[in-house]
Amino acid sequence: MISETSHVASTEPSYLEVEHGLKSWLLTTDHKRIAILFMIAVTFFFFVGSLAAGAIRIELITPQGDFLTPDGYNRSFTLHGVIMVWFFLIPSIPSVLGNFLIPLMIGAKDMALPRMNLASWYLLAGGGLFTMTALIAGGVDTGWTFYTPLSTMFSHGHVVAVIAGVFITGFSSIFTGINIIVTVHTLRAPGMTWFRLPLFVWSLYATSVILVLATPVLAITLLLVVAERFFGIGVFDPRLGGDPLLFQHLFWFYSHPAVYIMLLPGMGVISELVTASAHKRIFGYSFVAFSSVAIAILGFMVWGHHMFVAGQSMYASMLFSLLSFLIAIPSAIKSYNWTATYFKSRLTINAPFLYTLTFITLFLLGGTSGLFVALLAADVHVHDTYFVVAHFHYIMVGAAVSAYFGGLHFWWPKITGKMYPELWGRVAAVTMFIGFNLTFFPQFILGYLGMPRRYHSYSPEYQFLNDVSSSGAAVLAVAYALPFFYLTWSLFKGPQAIANPWQAAGLEWSVPSPPPKHNFPNVPVVDFEAYDYPPEATRGRN
Amino acid sequence: MNESTFIKFWPEQASQYAGQVDWLVVTFTGMMLLFVLPVFICLLVFSFRYRVGSKVPRDHRSIGNHKIEMTWIVLPFLGAMILFVLSSRLYYISRTPPADAMEIHVVAKQWMWKFQHPGGQREINTLHIPQGRPVKLSMISQDAIHSLYFPVMRNKQDVLPGTYTYMWFEANRPGSFEGKCAEYCGTDHSTMRVRLIILKPQEYEQWLQESDTSQSLARQGDDLFRQFGCSGCHAAGPDASLVRAPPLEGLYGRNVALADGSHAIADSAYIRDSILLPQKQITAGYEPIMPTFSNVLDEESVIRLVAYIKSLATTQPNGETP
Repeated sequence: MISETSHVASTEPSYLEVEHGLKSWLLTTDHKRIAILFMIAVTFFFFVGSLAAGAIRIELITPQGDFLTPDGYNRSFTLHGVIMVWFFLIPSIPSVLGNFLIPLMIGAKDMALPRMNLASWYLLAGGGLFTMTALIAGGVDTGWTFYTPLSTMFSHGHVVAVIAGVFITGFSSIFTGINIIVTVHTLRAPGMTWFRLPLFVWSLYATSVILVLATPVLAITLLLVVAERFFGIGVFDPRLGGDPLLFQHLFWFYSHPAVYIMLLPGMGVISELVTASAHKRIFGYSFVAFSSVAIAILGFMVWGHHMFVAGQSMYASMLFSLLSFLIAIPSAIKSYNWTATYFKSRLTINAPFLYTLTFITLFLLGGTSGLFVALLAADVHVHDTYFVVAHFHYIMVGAAVSAYFGGLHFWWPKITGKMYPELWGRVAAVTMFIGFNLTFFPQFILGYLGMPRRYHSYSPEYQFLNDVSSSGAAVLAVAYALPFFYLTWSLFKGPQAIANPWQAAGLEWSVPSPPPKHNFPNVPVVDFEAYDYPPEATRGRN
Repeated sequence: MNESTFIKFWPEQASQYAGQVDWLVVTFTGMMLLFVLPVFICLLVFSFRYRVGSKVPRDHRSIGNHKIEMTWIVLPFLGAMILFVLSSRLYYISRTPPADAMEIHVVAKQWMWKFQHPGGQREINTLHIPQGRPVKLSMISQDAIHSLYFPVMRNKQDVLPGTYTYMWFEANRPGSFEGKCAEYCGTDHSTMRVRLIILKPQEYEQWLQESDTSQSLARQGDDLFRQFGCSGCHAAGPDASLVRAPPLEGLYGRNVALADGSHAIADSAYIRDSILLPQKQITAGYEPIMPTFSNVLDEESVIRLVAYIKSLATTQPNGETP
């Protein structure tokens, strides 16, 4: 049952107050402090990646290439893609919220491998700063995809340096993945069976399996690119006897699962937020749990849908198209179950709920537009156009980033011990929904009209929709900046949070806000199911 | 024809196939709305009806139901499968050029498109094609990967270095439309566009005649064949030389036995590889003595040579093209 232990009873200092000074942070092995370190790092990278996005949207206000040089534009979208994918989206939820919450949710004192956890942060921060320096000082114009032979033979930028940075950061992913897997297997409290785990833990477990299996493939691929660029070893360049499509196969064998590395944690957050706002056990727990596993497995079998026009066999394309339809099913299962959870619920409307609505709506639009690009004949037309750009931004930004912001608001009281200003939270959530759709919905139309992606200049017929998109980006910038200010403000002026401000189920709400260094005074014994809300919600209101 | 439009929401069509793709997309959109709209409506209704404080019955709350789960798994899947089949059929059509298609050769390089018509006419960044006749583009890149994309045809195909790829379409209306490079290829990627000019058949004939061309593609290849000394080894009949090299008459399209015991069809890709990477596939019974021409011939010259060798398929004596 939900524990009503008041934080007043606890005399132990919180993890924030137990030690002081920079050293106590930089050498910490406390999962909660490491989560804060990750939060600072990914916030910084998100800011850098957003600046590059801003430069792109300003350039595209007019059809002529008049704001940036062609190379400047190409470097901007490469910077944007590389930073956002590897230094924000992939680490955001697993390393920030996952790190903070998994031990609390399963009743553990810390992650299983605390020093590895800290090493993961140093790899991300170090690799990120190195990559960013190379991207800004030297510049790379290959796009985040590093397609060969462009990247190996024809690009002038600091390709090898950026690849080295991404390679290093890959180990951060692998470390975090291993840590989560080991923690979930070995540190669950007595009675915390697999089917009593919160769905967030299921999601992150599935994510970690992908991280550990897929990231080494990226590392190998990047090494091969370096081998060709530095030593002229023919792997991908046909003039050296290589095969350029081999790179695409290897790259997407990592990068398609990587899409789910970015999305699955968001789905985990939403499963928590849905139940908490509904005050009701999730509908179809096992279907939602196993759909995460299904996504992790099927995610490895669909990479060829990135290559329908690349020159792969026609029959391979048909198979990949079929498999891509299959992977839509677990995503559909989740969406339908979330919605069904709200039936006969006792629903609290607050900022996390608004982010949840945003997530489900944008995820459904992003997911169904994903089926258009899985549909062979449609993909031949929209492949490499703004339709694809819109599609994956609906998933990566509309869904994944909304989940991160929703989760950040929901667990903010637990993490910081302070309440965020609710009104501002709602304003930011609604602004984000409007700004996002203004920015990216026009891009679906642009893509179907035939505007290719990565275009520095374009035909005047596309200007109106591009201008709508750029205006939306300005609104979106405000929506992302707002939480930065009011959340920071709340650290100093926000009201104290009680242990369980949302009256939510889950072990993390049974400890004080913020929790003490070792989370639980005694090892908790779990004799209740996940989402143990009263069968008929009669308890007090919000 | 479309430059002055202020806002557009749907692209023009210039082939019957484009119409079929649009039909598919509209149908699929309808089906997706069928599966997605109920969710949006339920979310809105539930969040209003079941908000905290509203006095509505909340008993008999279900936390799972296998029948419902199976329904919302199976129904969308079956619906999507129907469209998967329809779309795969269209994809098959778009990837399978008819045998009688007129072949135009495309060479892509940073950052331009070069076209060679069978009659020897050459164009850069402009492509004239006739209406009502299937056109097959045989494409290769000289550097990075490019992608030729004609939105009005709803078709695109990546253009690779080292391998020929193909695309085809049949225009059903005259006009002038923009095609573009869709695969990011470096600095001036966005300027790598092509004007597609579709002419009525008689206008196309007129254009062919007015265009500056003295020789067909095969004849140009014949000239290269002599100029680069290919005839020194490969010539047959009275010109036969002392060096033993495989004869090229009647070669194109034949099944060739290779030295390693395997077989290969002598298509354009095989002939191209034999010129540029001669050690890759050795014809059975011959010494691997041919030097590579990869440093002296560009892709356009190779295309001419292939056209010449192709013209020998019907074993006509030197290069009299039909």
